[in-house]
Amino acid sequence: MSATTTAPPADPAAEFLDRRSPLERARGVLHRYPALSPAIVLVLSVVVFGMLNERFLAPANLSLITQQVAVVGTLAVAQTLIILTAGIDLSVGSVMVLSSMVVAQVASGSGVPAALALLIGLATGVACGGLNGLLVTRLSLPPFIATLGTFSVFTALALLYSHGATVRGGDMPALLTWTGTTIPVGGVRVSTGVMLMLAAYLVAAYALSRTAWGKHVYAVGDDKEAARLSGISINRVLISVYLAAGAILALAAWIQIGRANAASPNVGVDMNLDSITAVVIGGTSLFGGRGTVWGTLLGALIVGVFRNGLSLAGLDVLYQTLAVGILVIVAVSLDQWIRKVRR
Amino acid sequence: MTTAETSVNGTPSPVATPVLRARGLVKTYGHVVGLDGVDLELYPGEVLAIIGDNGAGKSTLIKCLTGAEIPDQGEILLDGERVHFKRPQDARAAGIETVYQTLAVAPSLDIASNLYLGREVRRPGLLGSVLRLTDRAGMRKAARRHLTDLGISTLQDVTVPVESLSGGQRQAVAVARAAAFGSKVVVLDEPTAALGVRESGQVLELVRTLRDKGVPVIIISHNMPHVFEIADRIHVQRLGRRAATITPRSHTMTEAVALMTGAAEA
Ligand SMILES: Nc1ncnc2c1ncn2[C@@H]1O[C@H](COP(=O)(O)OP(=O)(O)OP(=O)(O)O)[C@@H](O)[C@H]1O
Ligand SMILES: [Mg+2]
Repeated sequence: MSATTTAPPADPAAEFLDRRSPLERARGVLHRYPALSPAIVLVLSVVVFGMLNERFLAPANLSLITQQVAVVGTLAVAQTLIILTAGIDLSVGSVMVLSSMVVAQVASGSGVPAALALLIGLATGVACGGLNGLLVTRLSLPPFIATLGTFSVFTALALLYSHGATVRGGDMPALLTWTGTTIPVGGVRVSTGVMLMLAAYLVAAYALSRTAWGKHVYAVGDDKEAARLSGISINRVLISVYLAAGAILALAAWIQIGRANAASPNVGVDMNLDSITAVVIGGTSLFGGRGTVWGTLLGALIVGVFRNGLSLAGLDVLYQTLAVGILVIVAVSLDQWIRKVRR
Repeated sequence: MTTAETSVNGTPSPVATPVLRARGLVKTYGHVVGLDGVDLELYPGEVLAIIGDNGAGKSTLIKCLTGAEIPDQGEILLDGERVHFKRPQDARAAGIETVYQTLAVAPSLDIASNLYLGREVRRPGLLGSVLRLTDRAGMRKAARRHLTDLGISTLQDVTVPVESLSGGQRQAVAVARAAAFGSKVVVLDEPTAALGVRESGQVLELVRTLRDKGVPVIIISHNMPHVFEIADRIHVQRLGRRAATITPRSHTMTEAVALMTGAAEA
């Protein structure tokens, strides 16, 4: 039995009984606060890139980084929910693209009011998420396989539906591209898309940490059989997670239209990998049951900071890709090491 | 099937309706026969121990009784009424709380969240009904009280994740959960297997407390001294069937073991 976690605080000897090395103690802390390591990495990388190039810390550049992060950051909220249940969603990018094509075409072609078009886009995202959820629960398909299949299906549907054509922002009602507009917040221009992304994080964080549903999501990801025996309906929780993810992906579609000032069937389907990258760098375990959306936000920002900082340093895009790859491997190795605590 | 139960029935009111009764339960896993027509009666206010060798079907039996498994055949009666538990939450809703052998705790959640897993308490008013906000402080306070009631003084910090606890402490959490919410029947599958001498004593004490409150208890254990100390009656499970029902007065430990292993017939 460990004296560290259970000794009553009143016992003055407890501190001296802790014979773990500083490294092990650090591991214990990182284990308890999964968002701590990405927070440290983000601060360090901002400092380093700021020293390498003074333009990096300019308000305009910081604003640009957040805008570059907004779409993947929103996809990553949905991805976090699914990975917390020990699943993975390869279709997030294609769901977003399909939803954005539906919104753009409905609003620009058929004279449907913009708000209604957005609702139809939301329904599209939720329906796609619901399909993933049904495949995972009713057919008991592994999420990796189910969403690998729907990734292709949704990608093809988006291309078929749009006839492969991009809808330009100018041809859409202003509400659809509203997410690309910026408003000044204390000297920095923040886009409304970024604010919507932050709202998604706030809502998801609240739901995960302060509602019974959130506890059930963690319990299901942690140990499905234990959750079942504790009286939790596994399939209900899983379906609700995929539906919620679908709604968030529809939000990402709106943000993407504003950011690109267009809806294109060819841009974004590959963001599934970027969203997984953000989640993993953010300290959420691929084994499920451990992690937070705040870690994911940090993870998405870390990727954004690295890409931006390296390109300001004049390095080729290939080096950004290389750096992100190394980050992922380091993050997953760190997770493996942290998880060795008292297992 | 043996009729030993009627011949050597123990003291607790044999004429009363059993709180929980199983008749002819059959459960197979592919070719493996887990239960082969088991009967069981649990009478009001008694402690019923289930003993048997590894693989005798003890855990399968209580899983069928508590909705964790659905029996292929047979019937279960609660207070004389036929019940069909399809999920563990059905049995829970009927007041049956269970500590499964695998403990069924969520390792990454803290102690309080585990105690209230699947029955979270929401804040009153709009915060709870609209915003679904859980009453975290209230649940933590109550969790601390449940643990204190159990005499588990080493678990005062209920915000610690369960995975950082020792095996025995995890078991204590699972037992505390069952004891706190079991209003009709409490079922414990080897609750003292990982516990030290003092902690085992506390669990046995808790079983007595539950019985004195009028809550009957089913307890599975391999520890014969514990069984003979606490049980009013003992259900001997062997090869997926009930070999006998005995009492600590009708049989010695050696005789009980002989029934368990098949060295003796009831
Ligand atoms: N999920 C399952 N799948 C297949 N076989 C199972 C399953 N659960 C139990 N069994 C089989 O059913 C039989 C009874 O198992 P059970 O777990 O009920 O035994 P037990 O009496 O609880 O043993 P122990 O004392 O080791 O806990 C065993 O032969 C076991 O292999
Ligand atoms: Mg067992």
